[in-house]
Amino acid sequence: MIVATNVNKYFYVPEELHALKDASLTVASGEVVVIIGPSGSGKSTFLRCLNRLEYAEKGEITIDGMSVLDPKADINKIRAETGMVFQSFNLFPHKTVLENITMAQISVRKRSKKEAVDKAMMLLEKVGIAEKHHVSPSKLSGGQQQRVAIARSLAMDPKVLLFDEPTSALDPEMVGEVLDVMKNLAKEGMTMVVVTHEMGFAREVADRVIFMDDGAIIEEGTPEHFFTNPENERTQTFLNQIL
Amino acid sequence: MSLYPGLDAPRSKNYKQFWAAVFCLSIIGIIATTFFATKSIDYVWRWNTVVKYFAYQDNMETVAEIEGIVASITPNGLTSNVHVQGVGEAEDYQVPTKGLVVGVNDYVYMEDVLGSEKKWKVGLMVLGLILTLKVSAISVVLALIIGILTGLARISDNPALRWTAITYIELVRGSPLLVQLMLWYFVIGTLFNNLLAAWGLSSIPTIWYGVVSLALFTGAYTAEIVRAGIQSVHTGQMEAARSLGMSYSEAMGKVIMPQAISRILPALAGQFISLIKDSSLLGVISIRELTKITREVVTASLQPFEMWIVCALLYLILTFGLSLIVQKLERSAI
Ligand SMILES: Nc1ncnc2c1ncn2[C@@H]1O[C@H](COP(=O)(O)OP(=O)(O)O)[C@@H](O)[C@H]1O
Ligand SMILES: [Mg+2]
Repeated sequence: MIVATNVNKYFYVPEELHALKDASLTVASGEVVVIIGPSGSGKSTFLRCLNRLEYAEKGEITIDGMSVLDPKADINKIRAETGMVFQSFNLFPHKTVLENITMAQISVRKRSKKEAVDKAMMLLEKVGIAEKHHVSPSKLSGGQQQRVAIARSLAMDPKVLLFDEPTSALDPEMVGEVLDVMKNLAKEGMTMVVVTHEMGFAREVADRVIFMDDGAIIEEGTPEHFFTNPENERTQTFLNQIL
Repeated sequence: MSLYPGLDAPRSKNYKQFWAAVFCLSIIGIIATTFFATKSIDYVWRWNTVVKYFAYQDNMETVAEIEGIVASITPNGLTSNVHVQGVGEAEDYQVPTKGLVVGVNDYVYMEDVLGSEKKWKVGLMVLGLILTLKVSAISVVLALIIGILTGLARISDNPALRWTAITYIELVRGSPLLVQLMLWYFVIGTLFNNLLAAWGLSSIPTIWYGVVSLALFTGAYTAEIVRAGIQSVHTGQMEAARSLGMSYSEAMGKVIMPQAISRILPALAGQFISLIKDSSLLGVISIRELTKITREVVTASLQPFEMWIVCALLYLILTFGLSLIVQKLERSAI
């Protein structure tokens, strides 16, 4: 589903920085991949390169066979197939919860208003906040906002979902409700790439865990491998710090 | 009720009443001082002269244009049809029934009055007010469009668009509106109207040069406000919209702009209030807006104090009306 080969990313502002160093990753359909690593190691940058929120100058990325880095690629189509869930939710504050979910269905997927609303209500039901469809996102708790954001991404019927620390901005008691939604998605066979510090989630749901440090993928393996006998020294240090 | 409540000890019990009284007394004092100051220069206030510049009664007379005999008068609702039969010619006149001064078989000469009617007409001040309102309304709409387009061009990564926007903004902000008005009317206007005449087209009315210079002037300031508004919306909003597959313009129009506009409404209101007041300069290119009319009326009535006070009040009504509308928009945007 996702094939990323030797992806390199540089930032030039404020100073030159080699943020991604030959990162390669293959994600099969239905697979759940969790990316872990210390802050500033390039996890977000890698994820954002996958749907071209950052343009990787070197390397090769294809999503469902479509080349992401080809300047002539229809990037809007690729992005519609690649849902993204942000740490800070990024719901549209000037729209209601329902409109947040119907907006892109109507303008990008060209669905009728009724189709879009039906789909949105079905998804809100699924993430457990159907009764809040008419309120403004600012009236919701963090956990509820993040579930709306997930529903908004799902409404596009994406082939892949990318999560960038979806629970890091939440109060501890709300982390569970968002992780539950994500677990259900995984069970239904959604292809997901998740950057997270929730090791419990990684252990339970991930098919594969990837450890990144200093812009490079250092270690890759099953959750058991990671949490029982990680090989790399830096992986061990990191896991010792957070577990 | 302060911006930082609770940081200081509570006010004493009579704090509010005392300072409210101080405020009211100051206002009364200022008005009284003005009044007695005008006494000492023998200014005679005549507020009733103001009225006729808002509305006055005009005597409309219908006169005969031929010589002859009134052959018949046929009432037809409020007016009557007066048939005058001359030698070899005949004419019909519609005369208000109430104001008829001729009867059947009367002989009338040319220029004789057949009937008259008193009609209310709007005065000069109202005409000036309407023109100011019209010029301002058109200019506000144009300035908003120019401002949004220029603001978008200003943040575009296309150098031609961005530099055009910067050049326009810096040029317009760098010289007084009065000078720009002269340029538009006397330089560009003359050249353009000459060109049109050479092609056999009729020239563009003066008012449009006024509207264009006002709109371009305000548009430059609006563009900077719009740009600041767009930049104040978190980049995460654009990223979220784009990751759903929306194009740049869709995301800009449906996600960024609505949020930016509702944030910059107070600043836009200030800018457009300035525009209404700046329209008072259009008198110099002989557009008869409110200020120019007031100058004319002062010359005619010799009551400058009343006229200028009324003029200021009329501007206040326009600007206050605009800020009420904007406040209403602001409340509905939240
Ligand atoms: N837009 C940007 N401009 C410049 N440097 C950036 C930008 N985004 C990220 N970086 C830098 O790239 C490195 C990796 O960042 P990031 O991918 O956000 O790390 P992580 O998500 O693993 O914490 C960091 O050193 C960060 O400062
Ligand atoms: Mg990050």
